Order: sequence, then structure tokens, then C-alpha cells
Amino acid sequence: MKQSNFKAWLYLLPAVLFLGVFMVYPLVEVVIYSFEEGYNSASQTVFGVGGYNYSYVLHDPYFLQAVRNTFIIVIITVPVSTGLALLISVGLSSVKPLRELYQTVYFLPYVTNTLAVGLVFMILFKKTAYTDGMVNLLINFFGGESVDFIEGPYWAKMFVMCFYTVWVVLPFKILVLTSALASVDRTYYNAARVDGTSKLRIFTRITLPMISPMIFYLIITGFIGAFKAYSDEVALFGVNLNAAGMNTIVGYVYDMLYGNGGGYPSFASAAALILFAIVLTITCINLLVSRKSAR
Amino acid sequence: MDKSMSHDRIERTLRRRRVGKAAVYVFLSLWALIVLFPFYWMVLSSVKSYSAYNGEYIPSFFTLAPTLENYAEAFSAVPLMRYFTNTLIFTIATTAMMLAVTVLAAFAFSRLSFRGKNLAFTVFLSLMMIPNELVIITNFVTITDWQLRNSFLGLILPSVTSVFYIYLLKENFEQIPDELYKAAKVDGTSDFKYLVKVMIPICRPTIITITILKVIECWNSYVWPRLITDDEAYYLVSNGIQAIRESGFGRENIPAMMAAVVVISVPLIVLFLIFRKKIMDGVSRGGTKG
Amino acid sequence: MKVKLEHLTKRFPNRNRKIKAEVVAVDDFNFEIPDGRLVGLLGPSGCGKSTTLNLISGLEKPTEGKIFFGDEDVTNLPPENRGVGLVFQNYALYPHLTVLQNILFPLQNLKGEARPTKAQMLEKAAEAAKLVQIDELMDRRPSELSGGQQQRVAIARALVKTPRILLLDEPLSNLDARLRLQTREEIRRIQRETGVTTIFVTHDQEEAMSISDLIVVMKNGVIQQTGKPQEVYDEPVNLFVATFLGTPPINVFEGKISGGRLYIGEDAVMNMDGAPEGEVWAAIRPEGFVLSENGPFNCALRRVEVMGRDTSVVAAHPGSTAEQLRAIISAENRVDTSSERVRFAIKPNKLFIFDRETEERIPFRAL
Repeated sequence: MKQSNFKAWLYLLPAVLFLGVFMVYPLVEVVIYSFEEGYNSASQTVFGVGGYNYSYVLHDPYFLQAVRNTFIIVIITVPVSTGLALLISVGLSSVKPLRELYQTVYFLPYVTNTLAVGLVFMILFKKTAYTDGMVNLLINFFGGESVDFIEGPYWAKMFVMCFYTVWVVLPFKILVLTSALASVDRTYYNAARVDGTSKLRIFTRITLPMISPMIFYLIITGFIGAFKAYSDEVALFGVNLNAAGMNTIVGYVYDMLYGNGGGYPSFASAAALILFAIVLTITCINLLVSRKSAR
Repeated sequence: MDKSMSHDRIERTLRRRRVGKAAVYVFLSLWALIVLFPFYWMVLSSVKSYSAYNGEYIPSFFTLAPTLENYAEAFSAVPLMRYFTNTLIFTIATTAMMLAVTVLAAFAFSRLSFRGKNLAFTVFLSLMMIPNELVIITNFVTITDWQLRNSFLGLILPSVTSVFYIYLLKENFEQIPDELYKAAKVDGTSDFKYLVKVMIPICRPTIITITILKVIECWNSYVWPRLITDDEAYYLVSNGIQAIRESGFGRENIPAMMAAVVVISVPLIVLFLIFRKKIMDGVSRGGTKG
Repeated sequence: MKVKLEHLTKRFPNRNRKIKAEVVAVDDFNFEIPDGRLVGLLGPSGCGKSTTLNLISGLEKPTEGKIFFGDEDVTNLPPENRGVGLVFQNYALYPHLTVLQNILFPLQNLKGEARPTKAQMLEKAAEAAKLVQIDELMDRRPSELSGGQQQRVAIARALVKTPRILLLDEPLSNLDARLRLQTREEIRRIQRETGVTTIFVTHDQEEAMSISDLIVVMKNGVIQQTGKPQEVYDEPVNLFVATFLGTPPINVFEGKISGGRLYIGEDAVMNMDGAPEGEVWAAIRPEGFVLSENGPFNCALRRVEVMGRDTSVVAAHPGSTAEQLRAIISAENRVDTSSERVRFAIKPNKLFIFDRETEERIPFRAL
């Protein structure tokens, strides 16, 4: 018995080492950092212990801006992307020819480098001295005024931001929902059809309840993912997100850690823990809601 | 019932169904267009000549004089090739190490019995909920302390483990019936040989899936490499493209930048088209982006 | 190879950790399996028969007791050194290997001198495949075979290294009725041809009775009775064995012995000698009933099912522990279906009586 214990732990050793050094230890450290005041990375010294880092972060206008941006992104993109994914998936599962082709096309954004494609979005939306850009061309065509979506008004930037986020997260959601729809037992539909149930009723009374666990799963992971928004923002607006007024909480963490205003792991830790607290709370609320409506 | 009337009604339902079908196709095609258009635009812009691109106040939807000069420019103005090899090294090394670690751990959890297994597995599972953003701060400090900034080791080590893949593979390993293990034991197969000769071949689809997912993840990784490298010699493609945009030719030579974007995007798209089924299966089984 | 089990005991810790008591899966087994025989281990699920098999194969270590193969004590030998072949209910073929590769697998694990050359391996595999008649399927994968074929491959894989003991764990349970019959005969034939000592675990008494030289009836980890199938059927030692063997099952009644007579309800069924007075269980095999107009056993007739060769009479009796009883009589006897009553005489050798408390068999002599 002793020997087999030893052997089993030997198999686990690599995983334990990696996880210990790069996940468990950092987790403890990050909490410690967040309470160490006046950490100096050059001299590795600390003034004292307390909640100053949190208070600093919470009073930092950049952080508040980041929180605001993050919340707007979450509130807009999660429902829009989930709803759109549902519509597309239902559409997909109601047609037979070309379905595979559509599925393949819809999945493409998942396998592309978001940084790279973000640049394409940027030139599509950007208005420069030489050109108003593709999107503005479209707006002009319908009689609207050109807007600089990348360096213009806040709402315009937010619009591109949300649009790109939805574009990026949809493939995963469509995929999950189409496979959920495909796994609904066809006999339910046949039974309902024989009973003369209308299409809408079949959808709301059979399809939706059957796939609702998957929808909740998507909403929960969607919230978590949207709260961690960062790379998509960089792709569109560049690394200096504060200057663009488009920073997110994760962006703030990285900026504090490293970057133009960097070198403050304590502030970064405090901000990261605040984010974690927000995500945890929202996830718990989500779980409670989904549990309640599952009854 | 009157025969012609029922015929009429059938006709009407059929027509309504046809209209509905058409509407669905229009809707689906519209979204497909939105998905595909950026890709088209990126390829299109990359083959327009510099002067043609900048001369179009109203961008044209096609070009009659495609050119590859932007690609040459992209490869010569910045060390794009270098970014490529870096990313390749990073991806292969990280994925290989991840596979070794994951297979061994999943095997221990699914097949061996040892003291503390349940507790250890619970700890593993709870680690799945820890967001990367939380641990990246300490990892940054750790790697800096180890003097591993601007090195492949520094890039690779913290990116190796994925608790989720261990979980996925463990679940798959557990589906192999116990009897197979018993039969192998009676035949004198050692644990390690059983893992290599039986479990890995049987679970090959899952292993391929997690390999592909990890490759995608590595190829697209941006945040960690950005934190840990500021030497161009160690840039990965994501950082490279960002650098091009911030300080390189991206500011003025957009066609060249688009050429770089195409070059970076192509490998994964090719991989996807080859392993389409496997990737989509794998992702729907629980991969999330980021 | 003879197999001897001495005081073999296996205790497991309880699954529910709060309960300290251990679960006794196998309780003090003493049994000897003669060389070259096919033995059926028979019992309801959870009776410890699979655990016994695992102990013999070495996959589990006994808590107490010893196991001998011939004169060699193998109790502490790991499974790979015991020379056993194992066949499972779900075949347990390696799905990614072809039939040939599956059969070769055990040989490739052999080391040192025991390891045959490549040519020898192929020869052995071909031999084993021929024995179970799958030599034409060698390049297929398990998923391309029927259940019966898969089980043959599994048997070939178990036999290829010429094991000392062949262990079969419910080998027929996953097959459909027709294949089960076929494969059963096949196993019997293979066992005869190879002469390998074989232990066969099943919960299906008919299966065990039909192919075993010896059967071992188990319940709750304890051996109830061992013997030739017919002997065990004819002379069950207790109520459990009597009810477990036989289809349709034996009919059990509350009986009473008084004044040298066995009463079931009001009916004085039989005069007997040697059984103590008092309450007993009386059990009558379905074939123990004889239609008789003046027979002592008076039942309410429910229905008559004609099944060709036999007729099954379903009736009710107030002394019965079940709702109805079933008698099998030859189809030549006509039952008056218009009548509401039916009377039987009982064959003395098909009637057993058991102690009410211990459920042990009580011997008697019919008068």
C-alpha cells in the first residue's frame, strides 16, 4: 500500500509542482501583496500592512473609469450575444442544406488571433484624414454623418467595443447552443406536432426549457468572460487604454503591474482581488437565479 | 370537407413555410457576411498597393491590381519570421509539457488509488475557478525574480498547466471499463505500460482535442507574453502585431500591417479547416475562450 | 490444475465511512476444485462470487486464508505470476487493437525466457483463434464484431498463454438468448478440448446447471452447498438453495407436522416418519404434483397454460407463501378447466421440508 501511494504521487508530481508554484503560491501571495503598503520593487521593502492599497485603487479615477467601462461591456454584450446566439442557433437547426457551411463560417472568429483581427475592425471603423472608413461609408449611404469610432466620442468607441466583443464571443455560444438543440430528443417534437402544437409554443414550452441549463451555463461563463475583457480592447484602441478612456479592470491591473504607469504590484493585487470579488458575487447571484428558475 | 378548399389551405401553409425558410436563410447569411467581411477586408487590403490604398477616399471593394509587395514589406520591415518561430517554439514546448503533465495526473486520478486522492482532486477542481488574472501578478514577480524575463522558460513555465484539461482527460480515462485494467493486470501489464499501450490510444480523440485547444490558446496568447517580454527577440505574434501597430509601420502603412495580420491568422485557420470536427467537438465539450 | 481455497475471507471497509463495521464479501471459504473440471459459482448478485473470482485471479488480496494452485501457495503472488486467464461480462477487449493484436497482447507482456519469438506468438494466436473459431476475423476491430464473436475473442485472449486456470465472470450475460445458448455450448466444448480447470461465475442457475461439472451455491459470502448440479437440485440443504435452483421456482408453503402427518393448510398432504412435530416450511417442485381426483392437496384452479410438451397449472392454496402456485404436468393429462377446484397427489421425492427458524433441510421418510 505504501509503495503504491508513493508511485501515485510520483505520477502527480509534475502537476502538483506546476500548480503549486504557478497557482497556489501566487494566490496566497497576491492577497499578501494587496495588504502590503508602500511596496518598493527595487528595494523589496514595505512600509506597513493595511487597507491603503484598496482605498487608493477605489479612489483612483482611472480605476473607476475602468469599472464603469467593464460594467457597460458586461451589461450590453452578455444579453446581446446570448440572445443573438440563440436566434442564430435556432435558425441553424431549422435548416438542412448549407448548415455545415454556416456552422464552419460562424466558428471562424474562435480560431483567429483577436489581436490581429481587432486591427481589421479598427481600420473598418476608423476615420482618418485620408478616408472615412468602410463603416462610415455605409452610414453615409443611409444618410448619416461620419463618426470616428476609434478616437471619437465615448458612445461610438463603446459601440465598436461591444460589437467586436459580441463578434468574438459568438462562435462559442452558437456552437454550444446548436449542440444543445441537436441533443433535444426528437420524439418530444414529434409528440408535440401530433398534438398540433404551434411552432412558437413548441419553442417556448419544449425547446427552451430543455436547453435552459446550457443557456444558464452560457450566461454565467459569459459574465465571467466579459468581466475579464482586455485583449479585445487593446486590439481596437492600443495599449494605452487609459488615454483612450476605454480601460477595463483587467487592463487597469496590468497597467499597474507593468506598462506606462507600472511597477505597483500592490495596487494591481488589490484591483485584481476587487475584480475577483465582483465576479464571485455576480456568479453566485447567477447560480442562485438559475437554481430558482430551474425549480 | 370540400376538396379544393383543403387544397387551398395546403398551398397556403406551404407558401408560408417557404417564406419562413427564406427569411431564416437571409438572416443566417447576413450574420455569415458580418463574420466573413473582416476576413475579406483584411485579405483585400493586404493586396492593395500602398498608394492605391491611401488614394482611395472611398475604399473600393475589390482591386484590379493585386500585389504581394506588402507581404515582402511586412517580412522585411519587422522580424515577422522571428515572431513566427518564437510562437512556434513556445506553442510546441508548452503543449508538449502540458500533455505530459496532464496525462500523468489524469492517470493518477482515474486509475490509481492512493491516500489523499479525494482531497487532492477536490483541491484540483477548486483551482479551476481561480482566474488567471489573480495569479498572473505573483507569477510576474516570480519570473522576474528568477531572472527569466525575456526567455522561453519564462514564457513557457507558467503557461503549462491547465486544470481543466486534467479534469477532461480524467473523466475520459474513467470511461474505460475497469475490466480492461483487470485483464491487463492478469496478463502482467505494468501500470505505465497500460497507460501507454491502452489508455492513451483509446482516449486519443480527447488527447488530440486538448492538444488542438492548447495550440489555439498558445498561438493567441497575448497578456502573459506582453508582461514578460520587452525584447523584440522574444516577441510572439500577438505582441509583434501590437508592436507593429503601436510603433512600427502600422501607423502609416496599413496594407503592410494587414499583410502581417493575414500571415498571422492563416496558420490557425488552416488548422481549423483540417481539424474542423475535432476542434468544434472539443470546444463544445467545455472549452471557453481565454 | 487443482485449486484449493482454505478459510478464504475478504472483508471490505464499509462504503459509508461513518459505519465502522466492515462488509464481509467472502466468509471463510473452504473448497477444492478438482483438476480439469468446470465449476459454476452461482448466487444472486452481491453474494460475493465476483470477489471470489478476483481473489483467485489475484486482483484482490484476501483478508485471511490461503489459495493453492496444485500444491503451490499463490496467496501472495501478483496476478501476472499466477497464470490465470480472465474473461469478463463486457468482453473487455481493447477497442483500438485488432482481434489479432488483442490475442497477442498477453504474450507480448511475457519477459525473459518465457517470451516466445514473434513467429511462435503468431502461431499460438492462430491456434487460440482456431479453437474458438474466429480465425477469419483476425483483422477486424472489436466494434466490428457481434457480441458472441467478441466473447470468443476474449476467450481466445485468455487462453493464448495457456493459463493454469480459466476464470469466466458472467461471460454470457451480455448476449441475447439465442447467442447465450450457443456460446454456452461453445464454452463447454472449449473447456473439454483444452482440459483447463475453469471457474464460471453466474447468477443464472439454468446456465450454471447446464454446463458445470460442479456447482457452488453462494449467499451473502457464504457457501451454501456444493455438488453436482443434479445432486444439488435433488437434495438442497436449505430453503435458499431449494428456491434458488429450478425454473419455474419451487412452491413454498407454511406446513405443520402433527401426528406423523404433514399438513398444508387443512390438507394432510403426506404421512411421514423421522421429522419432528411442529411448524415447518414445505417446498414442492413444480414437477412434484400429480393430478389425482382423490389427491390430498386441494387447490383453487386459476388457469391452465398449455406449453406443448407440458401443461402448467396455475392454482392457489391458502398455505402458499406466494399468491399462486405452479404445477407442471405432462400434457397428456387433461385438466377440467370448467371446474373451480383441482386436486393433486405429491411425489415424495419432490417434496422438501425445512426448519421454520434455521431453514435447514429436515430429512424424512415418506410412508
